[in-house]
Amino acid sequence: MLVDIANLRVTFPTPRGPSAAVRGVSISLGAEKLGIVGESGSGKSLTARSILKLLPGNATLAADRLSFDGIDILAANERAMRAIRGKRAGLIMQDPKYSLNPVMTAGGQIAEAWRAHHKGSARQARDAAMDLLAQVQIRDPARVAQAYPHELSGGMGQRVMIAMMLAPDPELLIADEPTSALDATVQAEILRLMEDLVARRGMALILISHDLPLVSHFCDRVAVMYAGRIVEELRAGDLTRATHPYTRGLLDCLPALSHPQPRLKVLVRDAAWSA
Amino acid sequence: MIDVVDLRVRFGRVEAVRGISFAVARGASFGIVGESGSGKSTVLRALSGLNDDWTGRMAIDGQALAPRRGRDFFRRVQMVFQDPYGSLHPRQTVDRALSEPLIVHGMGDAEGRILRGLAEVALPPEARFRYPHQLSGGQRQRVAIARALMSEPDVLLLDEPTSALDVSVQAEVLNLLADLQERRGLTYVLVSHNLAVVAHLCGQIGVMQGGELVETLSAEALRAGRTSHPHTTELRRLSTELEEPEGPITL
Repeated sequence: MLVDIANLRVTFPTPRGPSAAVRGVSISLGAEKLGIVGESGSGKSLTARSILKLLPGNATLAADRLSFDGIDILAANERAMRAIRGKRAGLIMQDPKYSLNPVMTAGGQIAEAWRAHHKGSARQARDAAMDLLAQVQIRDPARVAQAYPHELSGGMGQRVMIAMMLAPDPELLIADEPTSALDATVQAEILRLMEDLVARRGMALILISHDLPLVSHFCDRVAVMYAGRIVEELRAGDLTRATHPYTRGLLDCLPALSHPQPRLKVLVRDAAWSA
Repeated sequence: MIDVVDLRVRFGRVEAVRGISFAVARGASFGIVGESGSGKSTVLRALSGLNDDWTGRMAIDGQALAPRRGRDFFRRVQMVFQDPYGSLHPRQTVDRALSEPLIVHGMGDAEGRILRGLAEVALPPEARFRYPHQLSGGQRQRVAIARALMSEPDVLLLDEPTSALDVSVQAEVLNLLADLQERRGLTYVLVSHNLAVVAHLCGQIGVMQGGELVETLSAEALRAGRTSHPHTTELRRLSTELEEPEGPITL
């Protein structure tokens, strides 16, 4: 088991006492693709980031078990965490505009990521960056390597982010809404690219998204989160057979080209879902 | 209600909108879809008066629009943006946001109008003295819609009004927009990259690519797959494949 989480809890202090954002989530993950789907505030990002211990400073993390490849994350110090972050588990965030360094070329940033985790010369790092850019299917790696982030389109920027995360050869890739800022055509291309790379390298993938049908196309399993809990876990192909009313509600309230509705169904929330 | 003929917008040497034409009848909705950079938002910004460097002819209710608009134009044509967090002043309460259009247009009975405005977008009266950060994303977008309606406009220009919202909230806001249109006889121009959203709200849809309106078709024709331009066919195929939870995606 690469990732093993049992009864994960993340709480934040508030003036009215502690508020639980993640309330008893258990996930175990091998070399597979898991989608975590939920609305804003459902705790999906906090759950995934707990694996890297990258939580806001005022969050309290607790779990019966939280391990990455046998390493106890809860007991690990910052030094041990640094050996995991980036090197063994990479994180791709939503908007490349904010996660790339604006005053450094794309190639320079990838080379820096490579050198942080491999021993090698600047020249080797540069070659590795070119090779990685080619792997993320950039047609003209030499040109893109020289370009600054503002000279790249959103899709291109996200490919650069993926190349940078792949540089240390991680075993797990966590992608937090990697395509929400992109056009539908580019979105599908990027997800397909991640799916291919993950399969080819035998990596595990955690894909976080609010788009349930989209995720099901690119994952093996999907966990649906609501108010800090996993309310339903399904094989991606079984989405149409989802039984939880929240999952059904999420699927029903989407406008669809193929089935027109005069009025969209609205999600009627049941207090029992978050009890 | 809205007539646009051969609209062109340039940014320096780049022509972002290259001569597009469309017309929207009173009380109807026109949707513009396209990918980022296709020029769809630029059309809306030229129409709303946010960009005065354009050529061509635009008219609202038969009155030709000049590059600089008068006060009456801004009363009759209002805009709702994608990100309500960016379009509401962070240090002004909802009350203040809703009062401003009334002051600008010299409209009386602020008290009554604000209370009715909040009720119309289904916000509780308590929301009146809250700040934007104290509201959820969906509530903020309702405030932005309420503010646009304060001046009793005829036309609403909607720029990706639900793209920043969760799907459950998106359904609520789309239903609200449909209700408001029916109740007030509003004319909408909706810009979105989401084909399903546009087809849900709009009868007529224009597809933009590289600054040109490559195809205009009805929502029924789009649903039925009667598309004539390859870009429309491609967008429709991808959208249909992605909305089905099963089945392959071809790129």
